[in-house]
Amino acid sequence: MQAELIEIRNHLSQHEPFDELPDETLDMISSQVEVAYYRAGTDISEFDQPSTDLFYIRSGAVDIFRRSGELYNRLGEGDIFGQFGLMMKKTVRFPARALEDTLLYCIPGDVFQELWKTHDSFADFVEIEDRTRLRTAVSRRQKSNELMNVRVTRLISRPPITAPDTIRLQEAARIMTHEGVSALLLMDESRTPHTMAGIITDRDLRTRALTEALPSETPVADIMSSDLISIRSDAYLFEAMLTMLHNNVHHLPVVEKGQPRGIIGLSDIVRYESQSTLFVVSNIYRQKDVKGLKAVSKDVSLSFVRMVNEDANSHMIGSAMAGIGRSFCQRLLELGEEQLGPPPVPYCFMALGSMARDEQLIVTDQDNAMVLDDAFDPAQHDEYFKALAKFVSDGLAACGYSYCTGDIMATNAKWRQPLRVWKEYFTDWIENPEAQSLLHSNIFFDLAGIHGETAFTDTLKQLVAEKASRSRRFLAMLARNALNRTPPLGFFRTFVMEEGGEHNKTINLKRRGTAPLSDLIRVHTLACGSTAQNTFERLKAVAETRLLPEGSAENLRDALEFIAIVRIRHQALAIEAGRAPNNSVRPEDLSSFERRNLKDAFQVLSNGQKFLRYRYHAPTGRP
Amino acid sequence: MSNQKDPQRRPQTATPGWPDIFAALAAEASDGRLKTFYEAGCVAPETPLAEVPLVAMDFETTGLDPNQHSIVSIGLVPLSLVRIYSRDARHWVVRPLLPLHQQSVTIHGITHTEIDQAPDLTEIIGDLLSALAGKVVIVHHRGIERPFLDVAMQWRLGEGIRFPVIDTMAIEAQVNPQRRPNWLRRLQGQRPLSIRLPDSRTRYGLPHYAPHHALSDALASAELFQAQVQHHFSPHTPIGELWY
Repeated sequence: MQAELIEIRNHLSQHEPFDELPDETLDMISSQVEVAYYRAGTDISEFDQPSTDLFYIRSGAVDIFRRSGELYNRLGEGDIFGQFGLMMKKTVRFPARALEDTLLYCIPGDVFQELWKTHDSFADFVEIEDRTRLRTAVSRRQKSNELMNVRVTRLISRPPITAPDTIRLQEAARIMTHEGVSALLLMDESRTPHTMAGIITDRDLRTRALTEALPSETPVADIMSSDLISIRSDAYLFEAMLTMLHNNVHHLPVVEKGQPRGIIGLSDIVRYESQSTLFVVSNIYRQKDVKGLKAVSKDVSLSFVRMVNEDANSHMIGSAMAGIGRSFCQRLLELGEEQLGPPPVPYCFMALGSMARDEQLIVTDQDNAMVLDDAFDPAQHDEYFKALAKFVSDGLAACGYSYCTGDIMATNAKWRQPLRVWKEYFTDWIENPEAQSLLHSNIFFDLAGIHGETAFTDTLKQLVAEKASRSRRFLAMLARNALNRTPPLGFFRTFVMEEGGEHNKTINLKRRGTAPLSDLIRVHTLACGSTAQNTFERLKAVAETRLLPEGSAENLRDALEFIAIVRIRHQALAIEAGRAPNNSVRPEDLSSFERRNLKDAFQVLSNGQKFLRYRYHAPTGRP
Repeated sequence: MSNQKDPQRRPQTATPGWPDIFAALAAEASDGRLKTFYEAGCVAPETPLAEVPLVAMDFETTGLDPNQHSIVSIGLVPLSLVRIYSRDARHWVVRPLLPLHQQSVTIHGITHTEIDQAPDLTEIIGDLLSALAGKVVIVHHRGIERPFLDVAMQWRLGEGIRFPVIDTMAIEAQVNPQRRPNWLRRLQGQRPLSIRLPDSRTRYGLPHYAPHHALSDALASAELFQAQVQHHFSPHTPIGELWY
């Protein structure tokens, strides 16, 4: 009788090329596997040794080298290596070394030969993979592809630990300690099937229970987070990353058909993302003062460049950079509250503009505001909020987010007001619109609550969504403003370049490209009453209505992505060359492919603006 | 747990060594299977780890007391310092002598039907002993497998069994002498370092395996032992320094 090693079989069955093999073949493989542990830094196979096994990485990470000693590939969980030697010469072609402590499943050579001969899908995988990998040097794409191709379920190592939401704090802490988990899902067991009621994490226990010295018999329901942020089981890793960044959560329940299948943690993704964005974010939360944050901010441009080199798209990069920006704000607010004491009345710190749209890049200034509780009394409370706003604003400036030249910051008393006043501001902008004043308030129509009572911001978003769609005059004014900046295309589809000054003979990709595109899309979004903030999300919302002609939303999306990515690459190149990144490119620095596509993208913008003028009866072009 | 009472105790390499004990027991044993087991012998205490044939073993039981509780399943997997051989892994479900508590049934994932159809330990004892013969057994926490097997054999054959074991939990305790925080650190909320199997594995970057399956746990201990040797010992370490 052969004993089934369920752990080996299950893991193999989740990864290529084993996932397509029949059950009995998987049984056969797992019964032949030999397991081997390699401590970090030890050699797994050396050049010209006989090839004996196909190696499958169960956990850890392995570096694969060329004969010259140059790094050729870096592999992680679920990857295989050693097939080249087995297929070709029977000796090791690419030496391997454990980068981390690594557990390998070694599949004996004769088993490999049999699989190779009998299973086409297996043969295709080992042959083709190897050929493409040969062409790429150290395949950085590999990693980013993992973020974009690997589903979150891959990171689930065990079912979630759950408990009824009726338990006490002490019991929750005991279960978490006993199970060795940093997050506990609380279930409402009064319903069938049980539903998720909330989550409690180590951080909650520290910040909510311990610092407030809550008695151990406090119901866990009092401190759990009940507005659960979760993710679908068919989501990709990068979606999980964006969700964590956007919501500032470090644990995500993975949900399948309404039921939790597991919990993935920030640290799980950080491993996949190899010291990138999330690594910076988790580092931000560990800093104890502005000086520490300033030190971390130096890593931001590095992680930006890394994402660009890993072929991330503009949505991912924009969200990741905005996530980093939000984390700086949040950490600064936490530090500020530690220094100044708890806020005298509830408040919400609000991000505006690109950070709110999740479209931040590397050159950016700070745009923010505070929405205070209506119980706010300037005489009693404003000193506190003014000091807090100054602390955050100075801190952000120290971390590279320069002060807003238009003074749209919470340090400005005008933008540090109770909710009631903010409602008046928005109502006034929408109901009594004037083109000139709207130009300045444009930025307030991209807003996101990032700390404190985010419900305040939700109220404002709702108000905007309801009122804006009904005010034709407001939409017409907004549309008119959106036509101010035209794409840099001449009559014969030639580029029209900036003249004079530092940026002579260049094209400003932001002013002439991404900014007018987001302006244009914002008008449609407000017209259809959506509360979406991200431009890609807004396009999706608009596409669901009949506001735009067929195919138009897709064209706008492609145009935005293309211009944005050219702009992003341009900035990454500058950083790598040690120059200050900016938004101005010289056409001769672009490839002919880029030039051609850029012209197409600008044409889409131009057509979009024509439609905007017609659709909203915008008075004239330039003011 | 018993071994936590004697964390300072170092394994004995003094006489009479295990090879001598085996030789004596081989002469004494009356059951043929047991005799064969002892006759396969035991390596000398000075044998380097790299040359010792090893086998990781785990039992699922109905409780913790060998005199009151019973073995439900046995998993084992042979290994060397460099490879763990799943092709020679074995797993048996056996019928316990005592009524099965509902509690432990859910823990072990073994159903009453499986238990009812399972053989008595007597029927598989020959296979088990020949899988262990000539090898040194690895367990995580030596308070279970050896005493349970000893009592079960006394019960059935009228004679018990003795053999050396390497205890991966004792190794964890030994390599982490500071694992219990002093009062100051306890006050600061530091918890004692866990030397349970899953927690120990995490420290070496080993993956999480679902617990409470005898064969998975045996595999888990085998991997843990390979990791411990690479981190704390060497292939030349004499086996006598590690066995009990």
